Amino acid sequence: MLAPVQDTSNETRLARARRLRDVEERRTRRFLLAPALLVIGIFGLFPLTISMLYSILTPGTYGGVTWKLSGEAYLQFLFERDIFDGSLSLSSTYLQIYGRSIGLALVATIGALILGFPTAYFIASKPREQRNIWLFLITLPFWTNLLIRTYAILLIIRDEGIINLGLMSVGVIETPLNILYTDGAVFIGLIYSYLPFMVLPLYASLEKLDFKLVEAAYDLYANRFQVLRRIIIPMAKPGIVAGCILVFIPGLGAYITPELLGGGKKLMIGNMIALQFGSSRNWPFGSAAALILMVVVMAALLIYVRNAGKQGAHHG
Amino acid sequence: MVDLSFRRRRMQDLRKQPGFDQIAIACMFVLYAPIVVLVVFSFNDNRSVVRWTEFSFRWYAAAFGNDGIRNATLVSFQVAAFATFFSVIFATMAALATTRTPAFRGQTAAYAIINQPLMVPEIVTAVATLSFFAILKRLTGVTGIGYLMVAHTVFCIPFAYMPIRARLEDMNLSLEQAAADLYATPLRVFWRVTLPLLLPGIFAGAMLAFVVSLDDVIITLLVAGPGETTLPIYILGQIRRGITPEINAVSTLLLGLTLIFVTLFFFLGRKRT
Amino acid sequence: MTRKRHRLTPVVVAMGLLAGSPVLAEGKLNIYNWGNYTSPELIEKFKAEYDVDVTLDGYDSNETMLAKVKEGGTGYDIVVPGDYMIKVMIGEGLLAEIKPNEMENFKNLDPKWVDVWWDPGRSYSVPWQWGTTSFTVDTAVYKGDINTLALLFEPPDELKGRINMLNDMNDVINAGLRYLGYERCNGNVEELKQVTELLLNAKQHWRTMDYSTIEKLTSGDVDLSQNWNGAAMRAREQRPTLQYAYPKEGFTGWMDNVAVLSDAPNMENAKLFVNFIMAPENAAMISNFARYANGIKGSEAFMDEAMLSAPEIVMPADAPTPDFVQPCPQETVDLYNKIWTRLKQ
Repeated sequence: MLAPVQDTSNETRLARARRLRDVEERRTRRFLLAPALLVIGIFGLFPLTISMLYSILTPGTYGGVTWKLSGEAYLQFLFERDIFDGSLSLSSTYLQIYGRSIGLALVATIGALILGFPTAYFIASKPREQRNIWLFLITLPFWTNLLIRTYAILLIIRDEGIINLGLMSVGVIETPLNILYTDGAVFIGLIYSYLPFMVLPLYASLEKLDFKLVEAAYDLYANRFQVLRRIIIPMAKPGIVAGCILVFIPGLGAYITPELLGGGKKLMIGNMIALQFGSSRNWPFGSAAALILMVVVMAALLIYVRNAGKQGAHHG
Repeated sequence: MVDLSFRRRRMQDLRKQPGFDQIAIACMFVLYAPIVVLVVFSFNDNRSVVRWTEFSFRWYAAAFGNDGIRNATLVSFQVAAFATFFSVIFATMAALATTRTPAFRGQTAAYAIINQPLMVPEIVTAVATLSFFAILKRLTGVTGIGYLMVAHTVFCIPFAYMPIRARLEDMNLSLEQAAADLYATPLRVFWRVTLPLLLPGIFAGAMLAFVVSLDDVIITLLVAGPGETTLPIYILGQIRRGITPEINAVSTLLLGLTLIFVTLFFFLGRKRT
Repeated sequence: MTRKRHRLTPVVVAMGLLAGSPVLAEGKLNIYNWGNYTSPELIEKFKAEYDVDVTLDGYDSNETMLAKVKEGGTGYDIVVPGDYMIKVMIGEGLLAEIKPNEMENFKNLDPKWVDVWWDPGRSYSVPWQWGTTSFTVDTAVYKGDINTLALLFEPPDELKGRINMLNDMNDVINAGLRYLGYERCNGNVEELKQVTELLLNAKQHWRTMDYSTIEKLTSGDVDLSQNWNGAAMRAREQRPTLQYAYPKEGFTGWMDNVAVLSDAPNMENAKLFVNFIMAPENAAMISNFARYANGIKGSEAFMDEAMLSAPEIVMPADAPTPDFVQPCPQETVDLYNKIWTRLKQ
């Protein structure tokens, strides 16, 4: 640091105080960030580096890798060596799998938001002492195992399941709806599995909603929709973003739900990558495919954070 | 008095948005429908979780006599409790550092690192962590369930971080400033003002972390050592041979126990206030 | 063990104690087997007989087990790999040469399981259980001859859209190769092209591709499912019109084998266990629990009546010999992988 010029004027003293505060702030920040960054740095980034390494090596016989550099894994993602003549051509196989997974995760995110927002709002508008109970009730179903829950969903939506039997007995439909083993079933399963990931962050930010603002808006003759759009949703924005991230990203890698409810006839990103570490015995390609996914998701997220940061600065 | 209650009612009413209550109730209904099915099938006499025959307590007896399930349940809860506790502390600290401050150098990087466990598909993290832990084990000679707990803590951090951060964002600094103006030390301000304001976020984060840890399959499958089978791994192993309602029985018991605890907790808390 | 002890600092010892590490592994045995595949009574009996504390963990696939074992330091003593995986693991030096063929109970082993290609002469492993992978059909739905793979690939009308295939690259492609009369582990591009077309064509008639065959069949979601014989037996117990097929084109045989890891912390106990399971009454316990045959002579005397007469376990005399498929070279696996990805695109 530069030696401060001795000056007794108020301005410099203020500047010095500010600098001191900055130094202290930085120290506090470092202290606060250290544990999370350290733990993830060691136990998250190290493994990540290992998988980066894997992605540029050659597949080992029977899984694993051999220490020979190769870019084949990345090439394989976009191009296909023809099975029959070995020539390279642009291939959409993997892009298609990615596209389907992204689409499904996106739809599930929107679905979860549409269901989750009113639910979180409902909880946040309950009297204070009841809120934790409601929150707990939302997460309680998830204490039971995913697989068992998925089987239960399967029983509900099958051809002779509760929904179809119910609808048929009321006379709404005559032949059972074919829900199970379709994309629709996967969609239902994903929303179900990730609903708390949406509700909890939403609740965390809705809970601090100041209803005086709402009241003031009504006093200014705003209608309910305007209040929702102009006051409630903007205030809940951090929660919406957090919830969407927590549903979308795990949804992309979902594994068991698409397999069980979708019938397993189509590959999703998660299954495709897992396959490479299993019977396909191609760890480099599995790593490469995962890293590509990570880069895409991370880039989208960072662009968002940057923009949000700028916006925040404007407000401040 | 009259005026107040009128005001109160009006407030309650104003909070309502058309259709929201109905959607929320429908949501709860949908969330619990599979749970009801699951509980019903725990009383199924048949060896199947998809075909009902008749009522029986058979699978409860079986679950009680099954060491494998008992151990797996215990391990699951131990690991989840550990991971939740530490991930929530770390995530709260990190959230305090990354929100409500003017932009600082490395902020984006910090954000990216914290969310990294979320970004990489689990199987890749699992395989890479397996290699990493094997190296650690060779270097230190230490084995045990600690590795599994740490691995869970890592992927729980972003799940705990997100709701806490969402809570903190846009939260008013004025209360804390007021406390500071009254010469409260920063630590005091934190304990007395910031933390209570943060609690709903922390609670939400803890719930998420717990559920995520409890349900993890792939990382656990590859990282767990002898005697460290969790419930999801136990169940995964059953798929090829057919899942039995034993699991339903265990789940039902767990649900029942939790419900009892929560109810007790709720009424005790009520008495106090 | 000794090398490790030199390096241990007091801190590490303390941590090891806390974590229950195999540093103090007297009287222990850690078994890593397929999930829900080990008879609890068998374990109880072994515990009582040898005063050994046993932990049992489950895996879901040979590949998961291999990935863990390859990294070393798992702490497990016993694993139960499939036939091809035994060959792979011997090749990689992961299994200890425990010489079961010199053990007391080796005389009980059925001679036809001694000189197997995955472990000739049995220097590393002994049979756990063996079975076949074929398919099960509901004979109330389809009345014709079920012993043909045509039901999977060119199904009659009543089975269209009512079929579950295993979600397993090798099982599906091998069935296709057999149907067309081609060799397994086939690198012949022209033949694989035909298989690809066959599979792509047949896929429209398949409802699902999933491992949970018992649930699929008993719930009535499908009327035909690719299946393992033990699972087929369990499914039939709940849906009696099901019948297990022995297709004339051939079908897969497999054997899971008990082996000891080369870095097993409890080598002596592991050997005791290997010898232990070759006793007929113990082998029968395994079969009674998991519903597959075991390869030990004389175990029939201790087996459940239901198993001795089960058509899934006792193969008819005119059925083709099961085909134990060798591990394929990497180039072939890459081709299979491409076919599989295209099939599930």
